Amino acid sequence: MKTQTINNKKEVAEKTQRITGSEAIVRSLMAEGVDILYGYPGGAIMPVYDELYKFQDRIHHVLTRHEQGAAHAAQGYARISGKVGVAMATSGPGATNLITGIADAQIDSTPIVCITGQVFSHLLGSDAFQETDIVGISTPVTKWNCQVTKAEDIPEAIAKAFYIAKSGRPGPVLVDITKDAQVSELDFKYEKCTGIRSYKPIPKTSQESVNAAAELINNAKKPMIVWGQGVVLGKAEAELKAVIEKAGIPAAWTILGASALPTSHPLNIGMVGMHGNYAPNKLTNECDVLIAIGMRFDDRVTGSLDTYAKQAKIIHFDIDPAEINKNVQADVAVLGNSKESLAMLLDALNKNAHEAWLQEFKDLYAIEFEKVIKGDLHPTKEGLTMGEVLKQINVESKGNAAIVSDVGQHQMIACRYADFNVSKSNITSGGLGTMGFALPAAIGAKMAAPDREVVAIIGDGGFQMNIQELGTIFQQKTAVKIVVLNNEFLGMVRQWQQLFFDKRYASTEMTNPNFIAIAEGYYIKAKKVTKREELAEAVKEMMESKESYFLEVCVEKEDNVFPMIPSGASVSDVRLS
Amino acid sequence: MKEDIQSFTISIYTENNIGLLNRISAIFQRRHINIESLTTSQSEIDGVNRFVIVVDMTETNASKIVKQIEKQVETIRAYYHTEDETIFTESCMFKIKSDLLFNEPQIQNIIKESNTTIVTVNKEFFVLEKSGRRNEIESLRRDLNAFGIMQFVRSGRIAVTKDQMKITELLTASK
Repeated sequence: MKTQTINNKKEVAEKTQRITGSEAIVRSLMAEGVDILYGYPGGAIMPVYDELYKFQDRIHHVLTRHEQGAAHAAQGYARISGKVGVAMATSGPGATNLITGIADAQIDSTPIVCITGQVFSHLLGSDAFQETDIVGISTPVTKWNCQVTKAEDIPEAIAKAFYIAKSGRPGPVLVDITKDAQVSELDFKYEKCTGIRSYKPIPKTSQESVNAAAELINNAKKPMIVWGQGVVLGKAEAELKAVIEKAGIPAAWTILGASALPTSHPLNIGMVGMHGNYAPNKLTNECDVLIAIGMRFDDRVTGSLDTYAKQAKIIHFDIDPAEINKNVQADVAVLGNSKESLAMLLDALNKNAHEAWLQEFKDLYAIEFEKVIKGDLHPTKEGLTMGEVLKQINVESKGNAAIVSDVGQHQMIACRYADFNVSKSNITSGGLGTMGFALPAAIGAKMAAPDREVVAIIGDGGFQMNIQELGTIFQQKTAVKIVVLNNEFLGMVRQWQQLFFDKRYASTEMTNPNFIAIAEGYYIKAKKVTKREELAEAVKEMMESKESYFLEVCVEKEDNVFPMIPSGASVSDVRLS
Repeated sequence: MKEDIQSFTISIYTENNIGLLNRISAIFQRRHINIESLTTSQSEIDGVNRFVIVVDMTETNASKIVKQIEKQVETIRAYYHTEDETIFTESCMFKIKSDLLFNEPQIQNIIKESNTTIVTVNKEFFVLEKSGRRNEIESLRRDLNAFGIMQFVRSGRIAVTKDQMKITELLTASK
């Protein structure tokens, strides 16, 4: 539905550039190349929505069903495209509902800009209707934020917001704009921000540090790479691959690093961390040089720091100086953008191979296959496993789908077993572990990459945390594929209760509604699978569907995810059962 | 090996922005670190603010905190220094009943010996001001407390470093 734009006013505005603050907001967004934004209207942001109405042929506003959905959709948009995602909300509860998504974007370094309306500036601090101190509330979870109370400050604030969100180590930015700034006028002129004197987004890579790193690597007998999202954010996938291949280094990934190198690459040795693969976890404590690239040694990756890679020289590549020596002391720190620093490293590396060392990974993989993977992917028991669902998705996607996972057991299974040929294909809430992330993030991802297959893998718990976004999918006709792996439990918490709390399943069992009826209530095609023989056909039908599709798979209720590093244990104590 | 906790003076040069104080104090709060004192003022460069924050912590943590502060968009530069590397002072004020000044000759001696300045005197009260190290101020407070203090206030530490800060060079370079 397109509405006629008010041409007269537009032409006048372009000639004189005397426009309202709210029009300046929309024009600033368009000047930053924004064509889609996610949000929810309300009193303090209504003037902006009025402008969005006028410009709807140039900028598409997606009405989510909750502001949290808008923030996650903006994240999904940013994660798959590398562009800045935009979310908009009104003051008060609208703004506070964004916070979980903002915090998620902060810890996962996702570039999003959130615009919130605010009460009139003369009412600030008066406990006015729907007033919250969103700048104060969002400060600890934003890369930068500001409040604008004058129309003439809007273009510069938005220009800074976009520049800060996407430069250096990306992150979320919030711009809070009072209603009087939206309705008063300014002389509009938009200039993109190209630098801020107090802000150095990319530290210079020193040749000496690269040389020191190369020397350690060239002399290493058992080098191992662990890469993270820094490779994806730095668009350094090709450089990473070249480094790995030239020096013949087995390379593992963190959850957010997944898909930067195809899963099938012979030197890709799998995921590290709590539910990562057996070999890279175990051999972290055997390697002689550990090369960390764009990863931050999260506790879910390292387990106990006291026993983490103590035998190894540590080389740490990162764009953020604050990550160096934060958790793990680096012997050599290489600062800078991964694309640049890895290219420099490539030049300084000797051609090499480490066949015997690589064989150690293969041998441990064989053990993991026998004890874990076989049972997950080729189960002989009656109940369906999450792993076989992923395997079936791989068959249909041929590794080309973007997998958007929520948080919990199904997430770990998705990250462990999904095949990835294309970078930016594993979209999940890594650092914050936000249940409810996947459904809205999948909407954003599909809209940013309409030609790609986007499959959301969600548990029955997380699905119900943002289930209302089915409405957005229906209204926008977003062709996302939704797979709910239903074990009628909050599975990961239940697993911990089983292993560490003597099976006291406190508040983890779910009595679930009829998910099919709910999906169908939103006119989304839906199917439920309870038996193995139905699975392949159902997945095929879902993947072939041109429209959104909901697939519920009832899986074994009390399956556990292994391998597992118990909380606080060493990576080398990774358990297979 | 357990690292010693010591007093560090953290100096931060920043843009002058609303909300930055909150952003910086949040970095400490999030890590459950108590700020001993915090002072913010204009620095030697127009439009550039300087924070002086005193915290007790290990050097490893001081270094991590400073990196987190430097990471903030509007932080120009942050440093940490030990007490030996800075020249620092605090100042304090006392409000005391005027009668005591005349009835207790001991007070006049205390004022004289401690190099304390009398800021004002009227019929009801007089006000003293003194700058110095914490122990000097504390000793003065103890001495005067014996006679009764109507009000006492002490500022946070202000400090300059023995090393150069080179902020102007930094700002010129980034232009």
